[in-house]
Amino acid sequence: MPDSMTAWELIISGDATLYAIVRLSLAVSLSAVAIAVVIGLPLGALLALTRFRGRTALIVLLNGFMGLPPVVVGLTVFLLLSRSGPLGVFGILFTPLAMVIAQALLVVPIIAALTRQTIEDLWHEYRDELTAMNVGAGGRMATLLWDSRFSLITALLAGFGRAAAEVGTVMIVGGNIDGFTRTMTTTIALETSKGNLPLAMGLGLILIVLILMINAAAWGVRVWSEQRAG
Amino acid sequence: MLNRRLFSAFAAVALMAFGSTAAVAQDKSIVVASTTSTQDSGLFDHILPLFKDKTGIEVKVIAQGTGQALDTARRGDADVVFVHAKAQEEKFIEEGFGVKRYEVMYNDFVLIGPKSDPAGIKGTSDITAAFEAIRAKQALFVSRGDKSGTHSAELKLWKEAGIDIDAAKGEWYRDIGQGMGAALNTAGAMNAYVLSDRGTWLSFKNRGDLEIVVERDKRLFNQYGVMLVNPEKFPTVKAEFGQSFIDWLVSPEGQGAIAEYKIDGQQLFFPNASRDPS
Repeated sequence: MPDSMTAWELIISGDATLYAIVRLSLAVSLSAVAIAVVIGLPLGALLALTRFRGRTALIVLLNGFMGLPPVVVGLTVFLLLSRSGPLGVFGILFTPLAMVIAQALLVVPIIAALTRQTIEDLWHEYRDELTAMNVGAGGRMATLLWDSRFSLITALLAGFGRAAAEVGTVMIVGGNIDGFTRTMTTTIALETSKGNLPLAMGLGLILIVLILMINAAAWGVRVWSEQRAG
Repeated sequence: MLNRRLFSAFAAVALMAFGSTAAVAQDKSIVVASTTSTQDSGLFDHILPLFKDKTGIEVKVIAQGTGQALDTARRGDADVVFVHAKAQEEKFIEEGFGVKRYEVMYNDFVLIGPKSDPAGIKGTSDITAAFEAIRAKQALFVSRGDKSGTHSAELKLWKEAGIDIDAAKGEWYRDIGQGMGAALNTAGAMNAYVLSDRGTWLSFKNRGDLEIVVERDKRLFNQYGVMLVNPEKFPTVKAEFGQSFIDWLVSPEGQGAIAEYKIDGQQLFFPNASRDPS
């Protein structure tokens, strides 16, 4: 990225490096959220609807993990994926995949914990009806997830916000390699360290605008589908 | 279900965006663990495209402090290390992690400080006298504190000035544990002295009230070396591509590319490869 340009000039001129960085950031964070959805929604629903020993402890743990320090997650994933670590044979340290895995670990607790709360609240409302209709466990989970879909979008957005905004894990497991694992947040950190504060600030504004746009789009989808659902 | 639809939408976006990055991953490439000074100064942006044009090998640079870069290589996560702390590099070779050490280029360290010069050392070319004055006046000093090459050099200079910095450090000595750029930003914000490599200083944009206060002492010499990570330790090391990179760096062509890199007309790094590894 040319040092002399401002962020604004980079956008206007359609700077290829900037767009590649934006695309990578979105790809990594959206993939992480997708993985976290697949794991977090069923996990949250399961925790809401089942009773077993240690459930309370698990819920506290999950809620606590919403605040996992990114740098610790990064370090853990780094040690696992390192050539000297247990998963070293796959050679995925310092690749975009490593960043997806690390961000997914950060996002799963957020989506699972928020899903658990949402489903449990709805369950109190639906319990009599679902019990009377003799709906099985799988059916209950599906019904409750479906009927709380609008609230769950907020959980997804919270997860996405966490993934897109963090710099600690992607810096450690991605290595901030130019043109390969450099994301919006690591670019901002790098430009700051080069003393290129106006460019760093400009890139920061671009990131904020992107996150706002994704939230607005999700809000639009929610309003639109609520209207359609009547 | 909406969940399923949402998921496929996510997956589609993710796949689209990954298409381009996945293609890059299959190319001929090596991972070079190097220092923040070589990256932040813009040297790699200048020489790596030239190397790629010639050989087709893509060089992925992880910019860390020298100590961290060597540790990355000790875990087998890099193919080549390109750093600047001779003693640490020789230890790396002795431990069997590196194959051979080649000297590539040098530049020098400069002592940066506020224009107000509270320690009154501007213009001297005796770096150890300057360090003594900073300590005597308890003038603010920012230390990298990250086992980088620059941090090693700073510790060596305290020792040469006859100061036991572990005992002497007080509120005036700010150990920040971060990269060169962050250290310069911090020094600028608190009007402190800081030791920097000249390359990073020349390319640094947020100078504020800072300027060079001491330079051109021969003890400020800063030698860079490059080593292939030992493929006998880590079979995953791309020895052939890595050695091509090293051979190119010390070849007349690579040395010429290093010499021609300038910022505002000033040469940042001076090639001095000996064809025989040390």
